[in-house]
Amino acid sequence: MLLKYLPLIWSGLWRKKTRTVFTGLSLIAAFLLLGLLQAVNSLFSGGADFLGANRLITQARISFTQPLPMRMLPQIEAVPGVQSVSHSQFFGGVYQDARNFFPQFAVNPQRMFDTYPEWVLSPAQRRAFISTPNGAIAGRVLADRFGWKIGDRIPLTSFIWTLADGSRAWEWELVGIFDGRDQQWSERASLMYLNYQYFDEARSGGKGLAGVFAVRIKDALQAERIAAAIDAKFANSRDETKTQSEQEFQIGFLRQLGDIGFIVNAILGAVFFTILMLTGNTMAQAVRERTPELAVLKCLGFTDRTVLALVLAEALLLCVLGGLAGMALASFATAALPADFPPVRTDARVWAIALSSMLALALAVGLPPALHAMRIKIVDALAGR
Amino acid sequence: MSALVEIHGLTKVYERGKQRIEVLHGIELDIEQGDFVALMGPSGSGKTTLLNLIGGLDSPTAGELKVGGQRIDALAADALAAWRASTVGFIFQSYNLMPVLSAQRNVELPLLLTEMSARERSRRAAIALDLVGLADRAGHKPNELSGGQQQRVAIARALVSDPLLLICDEPTGDLDRKTADEVLTLLQQLNQRFGKTIVMVTHDPKAAEYATHTVHLDKGTLVSADALHAIGVH
Repeated sequence: MLLKYLPLIWSGLWRKKTRTVFTGLSLIAAFLLLGLLQAVNSLFSGGADFLGANRLITQARISFTQPLPMRMLPQIEAVPGVQSVSHSQFFGGVYQDARNFFPQFAVNPQRMFDTYPEWVLSPAQRRAFISTPNGAIAGRVLADRFGWKIGDRIPLTSFIWTLADGSRAWEWELVGIFDGRDQQWSERASLMYLNYQYFDEARSGGKGLAGVFAVRIKDALQAERIAAAIDAKFANSRDETKTQSEQEFQIGFLRQLGDIGFIVNAILGAVFFTILMLTGNTMAQAVRERTPELAVLKCLGFTDRTVLALVLAEALLLCVLGGLAGMALASFATAALPADFPPVRTDARVWAIALSSMLALALAVGLPPALHAMRIKIVDALAGR
Repeated sequence: MSALVEIHGLTKVYERGKQRIEVLHGIELDIEQGDFVALMGPSGSGKTTLLNLIGGLDSPTAGELKVGGQRIDALAADALAAWRASTVGFIFQSYNLMPVLSAQRNVELPLLLTEMSARERSRRAAIALDLVGLADRAGHKPNELSGGQQQRVAIARALVSDPLLLICDEPTGDLDRKTADEVLTLLQQLNQRFGKTIVMVTHDPKAAEYATHTVHLDKGTLVSADALHAIGVH
């Protein structure tokens, strides 16, 4: 039904080609930005959704950078409802060049696999990781990135830990390459685990300390109670703890960078305010110029409401075309990110935000000129009044 | 048999701030079906206002206006728009074509308001363009046509929905004499061959010669003998 008006709406849109092209480009830029920034926001607000609800992270109450003594491990393990506990120390190593950064953690192999069953490694490689003092395993994504194979020696220069001789140059032997149990975990297989025992013996200081404890629990519904029980156990001690779900821990870690949601929304607010002014002005001008033409349409029998709908449809077409092009570019850009990059994706949530923004923008910029068009008095408009 | 257009005591008052301007004073006029009426008069005499009222573009302040037996002075805005779409074709001095649409699309515009299929709209627009001698210019945009050709497209647009009444406001005002004569001849043919009732406002006595009746207005009142003839007083 409305399709028959499309040539009329389309031709109205292209009445001033240059103006429409520039407005369209501005809309594309705005929605490209919206797509990218909301994808980042999505990562921060929901990017850790896949992390198990049945895993807790116990860190020092002050900060996760403050280490905790290994003697706490059996005490945590003794808390009712805890299934297994592993410990993890951030290694902070650089491979060849600082630009090659990827995370490495020193772990107890057996405990790590008990706590993180999401990582899949062959039994032979698992045994090799346990038995090789300077053994290391790498995620498939990471191994593919650098072309590593089993048996390779991986030199890492740690910016945190020194060897007993004061050197920062560590050498690890790659004894295994692990995958994720599903696509989400496989995509994140871009980190490296190091054998803690060798690491702890070889480091010059901080012996017997762990960074954080990962606590696997039997029942996710008991998470809150268990977290409180662990923290209560170490309350008023030298090593007070803060235990939270792994998801909260990850988000908290990312938020060290700042309140990303606020920053993203502030930037987008500024961008959309500008676009609102620009597109609103374009639409208002386009309708003002066409006042006699709109009056002629009314002469021919187009009702006030039809004229209002035509102008609104034109604004919608402009915003949707610009918006879809911008979002398509954002989708291409995020899809083209390297595999080891955080999983920034223009997912359904981002598209929903973009589509509702297109509609809201079209309404905001289209409604005032549409109402003006609706109220045009034929006789006055034709007389140039 | 009653006239196609029946006007009784038609009055139009404009209010500009506190000022009250009575443009038409109780006009009495009948226009028979198949008439070609020229409305003449000096500037400010109210001829365009009368034309706008007959075409349903404006509403009278008082009086009665019937077209084809239907009172249009009391119609609500939407009903009046629908009435215009089905009953009246408009031709303006400055053509008022959509500059971004081809001649064919311009002519199809009134048909968008009907339930016709795209193919039928296209067929009828082609016939209307053929009728005004512009079948070969269907794909041209208004700026690719001469003034006379643009006015012919406007006439085709006015005709395409087969209206009872053609309303022409100075249709030759922007044209040279030769082109004006061609357009007026076309209007005359539409009147004589197809029985279209035409009401035309003009300043040009030569243009009025093409009409079957001339009505003179002065200061909002009918003045000429021809006008008396038009309302049936012999």
